[in-house]
Amino acid sequence: MQKIGVFVCHCGTNIAATVDVKAVVDALAKEPSVVFAADYPYMCSESGQNLIKDAIREHELTGVVICSCSPRMHEVTFRRAAASAGLNPYLVEVANIREQCSWIHKDKAEATEKAIILGRAAIAKALLNAPLIAGESPVTKRALVIGGGIAGIQTALDIAEAGFPVDIVEQKPTIGGKMAQIDKTFPTLDCSACILTPKMVECAQNENIRIFSYSEVESVSGFVGSFTVKIRKKARYVDEVKCTGCGLCTEKCPVKNVPNEFNLGFDNRRAVYIPFAQAIPKIAVIDPDRCNMLKNGKCGLCSRVCEAGAINYKQTDEIVEEHYGAIVAATGYEISDVTRYGEYAYTESKDVITSLEFERLTNAAGPTGGVLLRPSDGKHPHTIVFIQCVGSRCVLEKGKPYCSKICCMYTAKHAMLTREKYPDTEVYVFYIDVRTPGKNFDEFYRRAAEEFGVHYIKGAVGKIVPRADGTLDVQAADLIMDEQLRISADLVVLAAAIEPSKTARKLATMLTASMDTNDFFTEAHPKLRPVESPTAGIFLSGVCQGPKDIPETVSQAGACAAKVIGLLSKNKLTGNPCVAHSDELMCNGCSSCANVCPYGAITYLDKEFRMPDRTTKVRRVASVNPAVCQGCGACTVACPSGAMDLSGFSNSQIMAEVDAICR
Amino acid sequence: MNKQDLKEEIVRMSGSAVEKCMRCGKCSASCPSYEDMEYHPHEFVYLVEKGDIEKLMASESIYKCLTCFACVERCPRGVEPAKVVEAVRLIVIREQGMNRLKPDDIPGLWDKDLPQQAIVTAMRKYTK
Repeated sequence: MQKIGVFVCHCGTNIAATVDVKAVVDALAKEPSVVFAADYPYMCSESGQNLIKDAIREHELTGVVICSCSPRMHEVTFRRAAASAGLNPYLVEVANIREQCSWIHKDKAEATEKAIILGRAAIAKALLNAPLIAGESPVTKRALVIGGGIAGIQTALDIAEAGFPVDIVEQKPTIGGKMAQIDKTFPTLDCSACILTPKMVECAQNENIRIFSYSEVESVSGFVGSFTVKIRKKARYVDEVKCTGCGLCTEKCPVKNVPNEFNLGFDNRRAVYIPFAQAIPKIAVIDPDRCNMLKNGKCGLCSRVCEAGAINYKQTDEIVEEHYGAIVAATGYEISDVTRYGEYAYTESKDVITSLEFERLTNAAGPTGGVLLRPSDGKHPHTIVFIQCVGSRCVLEKGKPYCSKICCMYTAKHAMLTREKYPDTEVYVFYIDVRTPGKNFDEFYRRAAEEFGVHYIKGAVGKIVPRADGTLDVQAADLIMDEQLRISADLVVLAAAIEPSKTARKLATMLTASMDTNDFFTEAHPKLRPVESPTAGIFLSGVCQGPKDIPETVSQAGACAAKVIGLLSKNKLTGNPCVAHSDELMCNGCSSCANVCPYGAITYLDKEFRMPDRTTKVRRVASVNPAVCQGCGACTVACPSGAMDLSGFSNSQIMAEVDAICR
Repeated sequence: MNKQDLKEEIVRMSGSAVEKCMRCGKCSASCPSYEDMEYHPHEFVYLVEKGDIEKLMASESIYKCLTCFACVERCPRGVEPAKVVEAVRLIVIREQGMNRLKPDDIPGLWDKDLPQQAIVTAMRKYTK
């Protein structure tokens, strides 16, 4: 004989203002098998939990139904309370009468009726609950960080500092990411490379960190605590161990006209190259699309000059398989395509550039040695126009609906530094809003306007027309003066929207991590779990989760590392016992369940069965690995013979809930 | 029509989501008729959003729009200001009654300085 206790929460006025809590208690108390029913202002409070514990002991309850907020909020709380009173925690059911009832309804009578129905369904399910015992799984004490920009570097350093081994996988030949390309950092104006490169060196020297550069994640399997990852180490055609990074090959290579990605195509590199002087690892790489030796077997000069004998034209991609307990996505961002905005004439004029290109043109290690010169004719520009929100806050198909967050500040930085270095240059910034929340940020922007004489104009640029004399005719609106302006500019800088790395979507699929419509990784909770993916064991660091500047990225990277360290410090993880299992007598081995399983939890066994005529027969049947299964239930829906069932959410329980709702 | 009805009618006719405007001014920055207008494209959008439409109806600005649709093309919010201007203009024209332009009238109104685009626009404006 089942004895069910029902506990209805007011949640202050969150539930009680829309649902007649007493009426719910009275109605549910009359349900069969219910021996106790009570309400309380805050069931999740200490005294609310004591009410539940006391009732379990006093009435010897065999099941508990709590009508409260979403089980995502407090199911764990109530299960713990039940367990401490001696009841198996999986005999607790939560009926969500807040998010799915009181918050979304206005009419009290209707909401009350719905709350009673939801409670009744939970009671029907609770009557069929069986005690479950959670299994344990081991934790591989190694982390994988995907992406070697400042986010990945900081996360890896912090994890390594705590004593756990970390691998960084970076698709480019060097770590460093976008921060390595930036000239100065706001709001303190310290040199970006000067603060970044020591961290890159630290990564290389830390014995807990391994760097897989020029590598990509090929596949991911497993689950929190024990992921198996295949990493593709792309062929560099240079032996990583032998190469000393002397750079002789990069000087002798006869192919001199390859656009240099690091300088955004403003200058050229050779077919064999080291991305930049402080690259980590400082190992050359041969570009297979441009190397004559690899293309048609004619050259071999680099091999002849290399004293270390490191050049190996026969090198092939290598697949490495590694095991990890936690995976961090730190895939960063890219600059969105500004050619979609024809009015800015980006493709028509070399003197219309993006802000990242401006960084390279002002960087001492850049193509101009840090002297700001026009890309078209190498002359010093005297009038520069900066345009904000190019592609950001744009709801059209070609744009990004979000604010890219960093542009207001870096534009203020560019404008300020230009005025400081070249006081004869007039600088105009066209803005929609200047957004500078952050420590010392607004002060920084105001300095650009007040002390450095940057002309901030509230309004937009409508059109840019390149003139025959090499100037750019900028047509714009000044909304405060209510007038249309024409500025003859020498250089126009577009604050292009940032967008998640193009590799992120593919990676998210491999990680079964969710993304939003803009391809930013979704966090488990936007406020309370901002560095974790909803998929257990997957963590988020940097811009792959949403636009952020360097200080924010570094803080988030540290927070992410703390979460990873917390996971890796555990020896065992308690699993979720609500997993699928197959009734071998009903299973016909059709593979429908394995085909839909997103976690690869289902395998097939050839098993001997005794037949009615006392013969034995070998049949192929499904077998679920409970450590891998996440309890999504896809297999139970796909199974044509009804052999698959989910503990805690069995087919009969769900039908009982439906029956209770329809009663 | 009262203010609210007028606003709803303009929104209905133009199909324009005036409340999406983020006041960037790209429409007015793009407008080739800017100097000839008392109220500029961004002000059309703003005043319609506020429901202050009589001002626009009384202004010559409604006839100055060339309907070149540069603002529609470039508005990052998809507000389509030219359609708002056109809707205000149509309200005024419809109130005035049957004073439409016929294709045969065009040669008599011909001005050698008139851009070709303006003729196309005039057809669009006055033959509705």
